[in-house]
Amino acid sequence: MIKIENLHKSYPIGKDSLHVLKGIDLHIKEGEFVSIMGSSGSGKSTLLNIVGLLDIHDAGNYYLNGQLIKDLNEKKAAILRNKFLGFVFQSFNLISYKTALENVALPLYYKGINKKERLKVAMDYLDKVGLKDWASHLPNELSGGQKQRVAIARALVTNPKVVLADEPTGALDTTTTDSVMDLLKDINDEGMTVFVITHEEEVANQTKRIVRLRDGVIINDTLTKVAKAL
Amino acid sequence: MKFLFDSDTWQEIYGSIRKNKVRTGITIIGVLWGIFLLVVLLGAARGLENSFNKAFGNFATNSVFVWTQSTDTPFKGFQKGRRFRLNMKDIQVLKSEYADEIKLLAPRNQTMNLIIKDFKSGSFKVSGDFPVLDQIQKKKLIYGRFLNQNDINSSAKVTVISEDMYKQLFEKDKMPIGESIKINNINYKVIGVYEPSNTIDFDGDTAYIPFSTFKKVYNTASNIDWMMITANEGIDIEQMESDVLLTLKNLHKVHPEDERAFGSVNLGKEIAKFTGFLTGMQFLTWFVGIATLIAGVFAIGNILLITVKERTKEIGIRRALGATPKSIRQQIILESVFLTTVAGMIGIILGASVLKIIDTLFGQGVDATLVNPTVNIPIILAAFTTLVILGTLIGLIPAHMATIVKPIEALREE
Ligand SMILES: Nc1ncnc2c1ncn2[C@@H]1O[C@H](COP(=O)(O)OP(=O)(O)O)[C@@H](O)[C@H]1O
Ligand SMILES: [Mg+2]
Repeated sequence: MIKIENLHKSYPIGKDSLHVLKGIDLHIKEGEFVSIMGSSGSGKSTLLNIVGLLDIHDAGNYYLNGQLIKDLNEKKAAILRNKFLGFVFQSFNLISYKTALENVALPLYYKGINKKERLKVAMDYLDKVGLKDWASHLPNELSGGQKQRVAIARALVTNPKVVLADEPTGALDTTTTDSVMDLLKDINDEGMTVFVITHEEEVANQTKRIVRLRDGVIINDTLTKVAKAL
Repeated sequence: MKFLFDSDTWQEIYGSIRKNKVRTGITIIGVLWGIFLLVVLLGAARGLENSFNKAFGNFATNSVFVWTQSTDTPFKGFQKGRRFRLNMKDIQVLKSEYADEIKLLAPRNQTMNLIIKDFKSGSFKVSGDFPVLDQIQKKKLIYGRFLNQNDINSSAKVTVISEDMYKQLFEKDKMPIGESIKINNINYKVIGVYEPSNTIDFDGDTAYIPFSTFKKVYNTASNIDWMMITANEGIDIEQMESDVLLTLKNLHKVHPEDERAFGSVNLGKEIAKFTGFLTGMQFLTWFVGIATLIAGVFAIGNILLITVKERTKEIGIRRALGATPKSIRQQIILESVFLTTVAGMIGIILGASVLKIIDTLFGQGVDATLVNPTVNIPIILAAFTTLVILGTLIGLIPAHMATIVKPIEALREE
């Protein structure tokens, strides 16, 4: 599903450049549940953003669903994101003036699906994350855990190939963290490839594979007990 | 273009406008004020022009009036300060020499007299005139008719009086036509009553009698007091004025450079001065209106730019969810156009309402200062189109700004 070979990424800082990813090799197959761990500034988000086509790499190869990602213009990137990828962010990134239902339906709008269909599908996904009754609420009327579940529903609504989550539980307390992780586990059980960033061991341990990053290189890549238990 | 008719597009715009009520309000007011000013100023300028045209409405505006004063230069054995009079021979000469230039020529003699009807009386101007006067200075008759050629030929003792004179001299509801009134103790039959002119008028309340009758009764021989001349279409009226004066100076043995001997007023020239002023005002109006409009549109662009910055994050989210740069651009431009259009329409409606109010307050009655203040539909349409185009252009900047930021930068968590 995701294949990365010798990937490099630097950010220019003034005259210098900051070498953030220094040759990453990573292969994530369909249906995997992978977490990336590493200290702050180790390049986790950078990696996820490249995978999510929100940023471009400098060197190396990146294949998404078998397609080499190279010289992508914004339009093509947008279409690929809409088709293959679902995003979940630490700060939820819901649109504040849209209801939960409208937020979930938004990716379908960019997919060109008509309104009736959109709202119906969105409602199904809201139901799936257990928030059907909150459909007409604005984000600021929801709790953190509820917001993140809305965001997950939104990530799922286009039926993507991969869900990318950058510290999805970073802003949540323990109980809500668990409910969000349960949800991610559920969707992984249904076959969805899930790729999360976290720096909480507990969270990482609930995934099936942990990739550890330090100073821009992978130092460790192991299956967890969860995976071994299967 | 399909996206224009997509209810979703409008839903998105509605959502963003609803969210930013204050900003939307301010934006709208900027453009609204511009087009409002343009409409009101243009309308007022038009109203002024209309009232001006109305003031000259019954008067041939290409007219010259000529009379005699006294010479200021000795010439051909005459002392300076000599007084002399225009006469019918001058009229004949002018008519034949300037057959191509002169359209109408009205020689006139006037005096003040006591006019009596039964037990009522008043002192009024009495004027010996030819029927042609009615063509130069249109008279609106309430009763009867104006002087005609028969009256001239027969030196009839008939008169046309003003409505005020009629009210002053006659019993209420008494039919004036055919009644006799005494002017300077001579009986005249009233054949017409005219309305007071609500426009420029050099006569006021005057009893018009046939020129030939005046000549007999007042013994003026072939002398005349003054004359009104109007020029044919396309004739340079100033040129005609100086040519005519030169001919008259020659006929009366007046030095060609004598400045005082003849008095003359060129109505065309006076009007030109005023039309120049009006044109200046129109120009100013356009300038002010358009400048305000542009300022308003810039305000919209500026505010959109601010909101784009405010909404960088939102735009980043949308792009992560699959919005193409084009769809983002379209939405921002459409928002800009929508705001300018709505503001423009409200501005035009408010402007038109104010013009309507101005019309009811100042546009009615005889001495209205602003008559029928209106703005042409084509002008409104042009202003409106310009507005929409400017709205599009100004929307391009924030639209561009919204898409050059990489989605990742928009989304970066601090
Ligand atoms: N756009 C950028 N420009 C410059 N430096 C950046 C940019 N994005 C990230 N960095 C730097 O790259 C390093 C890795 O960042 P990031 O991938 O966000 O780390 P993590 O998510 O693991 O905390 C950090 O030092 C960060 O400051
Ligand atoms: Mg990070």
